[in-house]
Amino acid sequence: MNAHTDNIAQYNFAYLDEQTKRMIRRAILKAIAIPGYQVPFASREMPMPYGWGTGGVQVTASVIGTDDVLKVIDQGADDTTNAVSIRAFFQKVANVEVTTHTADATIIQTRHRIPEEPLNAGQVLVYQVPIPEPLRFLEPRETETRKMHALEEYGLMHVKLYEDIAQHGHIATTFAYPVKVEGRYVMDPSPTPKFDNPKMHMSKALQLFGAGREKRIYAVPPYTRVESLDFEDHPFEVQTFDEPCALCGGTDVYLDEVVLDDRGGRMFVCSDTDNCEARRAEGHRGHLSGEEAAT
Amino acid sequence: MTDEPLLRVRSISKFYGNRIGCNDISFDLWPGEVLAVVGESGSGKTTLLNCLSTRLLPTSGTVSYRMRDGAFHDLYRMSEAERRFLMRTDWGFVHQNPSDGLRMTVSAGANVGERLMAVGQRHYGDIRATATDWLGRVEISSDRIDDQPRAFSGGMRQRLQIARNLVTGPRLVFMDEPTGGLDVSVQARLLDLLRGLVHELGLSAIVVTHDLAVARLLSHRMIVMKDGHVVESGLTDRVLDDPQAPYTQLLVSSILQV
Ligand SMILES: [Zn+2]
Repeated sequence: MNAHTDNIAQYNFAYLDEQTKRMIRRAILKAIAIPGYQVPFASREMPMPYGWGTGGVQVTASVIGTDDVLKVIDQGADDTTNAVSIRAFFQKVANVEVTTHTADATIIQTRHRIPEEPLNAGQVLVYQVPIPEPLRFLEPRETETRKMHALEEYGLMHVKLYEDIAQHGHIATTFAYPVKVEGRYVMDPSPTPKFDNPKMHMSKALQLFGAGREKRIYAVPPYTRVESLDFEDHPFEVQTFDEPCALCGGTDVYLDEVVLDDRGGRMFVCSDTDNCEARRAEGHRGHLSGEEAAT
Repeated sequence: MTDEPLLRVRSISKFYGNRIGCNDISFDLWPGEVLAVVGESGSGKTTLLNCLSTRLLPTSGTVSYRMRDGAFHDLYRMSEAERRFLMRTDWGFVHQNPSDGLRMTVSAGANVGERLMAVGQRHYGDIRATATDWLGRVEISSDRIDDQPRAFSGGMRQRLQIARNLVTGPRLVFMDEPTGGLDVSVQARLLDLLRGLVHELGLSAIVVTHDLAVARLLSHRMIVMKDGHVVESGLTDRVLDDPQAPYTQLLVSSILQV
């Protein structure tokens, strides 16, 4: 870090001081040791407001090293304001290499999505979490929810799903869909769509979750069972889309709706922009890509 | 009735500093028996109820419960996990204020189904069918199953709370002034319903009430409390028709004058 002393004299490497990083790493190690369990940590003030990924940023800052390659996505895209500013932050305070390519990244910080391209051993996926407590919906008392986790009293989670079916005829929860980790702790996967839940199951990558405002860290180590809660007669299902991506023709991917004009024109495109671009580079085409498919 | 009690209470006392909550209370509760604990406010009857139902740690004494396998377990030597499991399976607790015992922001069906889900039922259709059946047994129309208790009258809420407690087939139900906040006409209907269910299911119950009419209608046996002590106990009809303790005589004569 001597090389950068001139530029960032007021900062330690990756912004946080070493003592804080050690404290956060201890919380991360504990979280890895007890998959799905929410570990309290002393969340620090970061140079960005709560709600802008301070939990994820602290986790990333505590695990990142000079050799790491960082990718930051928000809503699946690398070019949104939030993703750009977090990426710029780490370039400035850690001088690390950044990328938009999922396969090239060693650390991927995300708010809403898990990349479509399967992650590999050695990669770390860091989630920015707004509300870590899955039981809060029906039980606002923190003392009680902690007890329910400790005693594995998870009937309430099914009450929530029951209400969904009673009201909508099916489980209408599409985001932050609760999962059970390694058969023990019920966990909120944060605002990711349930489409991504199956990607968490037995993932080769390490998954870390940081909630800054709520001061909680939790983790899913590689090759861990992650099962979405459901009923026998209403089994868990992921969202399906009626049409392929308008740009790359991809199916089995998560699509965002994009409004094209004020006459009701719209199209569905990949939420994972890197994956979409990679597919187009390989010659895949959708019906609105404006180019002929490679033959 | 079997030859062994369901609940054994021995010398239960609860002190708040120097102040007596309840003092040296002992009794047995038998299967299928309803015991009324009667007294005015401040008599210690609610403190006793809370000590028996593990909601409040007594200062001294023991409470043991005969589990389904026939073995007695000291409630205060069980792990918290075991106690909480007992409370949501083999026990019920009916609060005076239904909003203390219900989830006001989820539907009636989910309120009744919660205990089933808590013990691992995972078939939505079965849970809903059981909830529908229980709503019927407490005289709530099945077309209210998706309504929240916020939209229910006081009497309906109390009946819903009862269904929510009874759905797992508990053997012992604690009731704290179960008709307390209700209009007189609604009270009568609820008492009828409770008496029918208790009889039909062979429930044991401990009912705390300040209302001798509730004790008369629901209970087989009663204990009368004053200042944390039991002043009289016995078969309900005997105590009410021929009270021995001066305090009980006063209580009985005061309602007869009305
Ligand atoms: Zn695409």
